[in-house]
Amino acid sequence: MTESNPIRDAIQQAIDEHSVILFMKGTPDQPACGFSARTVAALQALGTPFAAVDILPDPRIREELSAISNWPTIPQLFVGGDLIGGCDIVTEMFESGELAQALGVEQPEDAAAPEAEAAAAPPMGIENRLG
Amino acid sequence: MPTADELQRRIEAAIPDSSAQVIDLTGGGDHFRAQVFSPAFEGMTRIQQHRLVYDVFGDEVGGHIHALSITTRTSQ
Repeated sequence: MTESNPIRDAIQQAIDEHSVILFMKGTPDQPACGFSARTVAALQALGTPFAAVDILPDPRIREELSAISNWPTIPQLFVGGDLIGGCDIVTEMFESGELAQALGVEQPEDAAAPEAEAAAAPPMGIENRLG
Repeated sequence: MPTADELQRRIEAAIPDSSAQVIDLTGGGDHFRAQVFSPAFEGMTRIQQHRLVYDVFGDEVGGHIHALSITTRTSQ
């Protein structure tokens, strides 16, 4: 019998329910890590709404997320339920236009260096979903 | 504390015909950037290429290696 794992279930459900979801350190408004900030900036430069989950409040979120995704670092961007990558891949894809393509949006003309802007979506707390 | 040279050697030992350039971003032995070239990446998605590099270090990434920024290319 499989052990009940409410955190893993909640993470998987969040990935399934949001077409674009970013697991990050901190929030889009207040990223707690430069890699998370850069990834948020790329998404915001494309004007895509995205769900964001702060992994910092509970270390189990990161453990379970990495177990689901087989990816060791944060941030992690999922589109349509699939892991797109972390900061390096998202930045590379942003610069090449592949990220816009994956998200189904237009690449802005000046897309060289994304700057942090206002948050596109309020943060979501996994821990709030554990009822 | 791992060094950039040690990371480079381990990547080159683990990934076939690879060459790696690794720099210690902070000098503190915990934030690194690696550029890895290997024909083994051919036909792989970026995710698969980066996983191959992360897999060299297993649990160390996120442990005493706090950050490992990766760029992968099939040739130099």
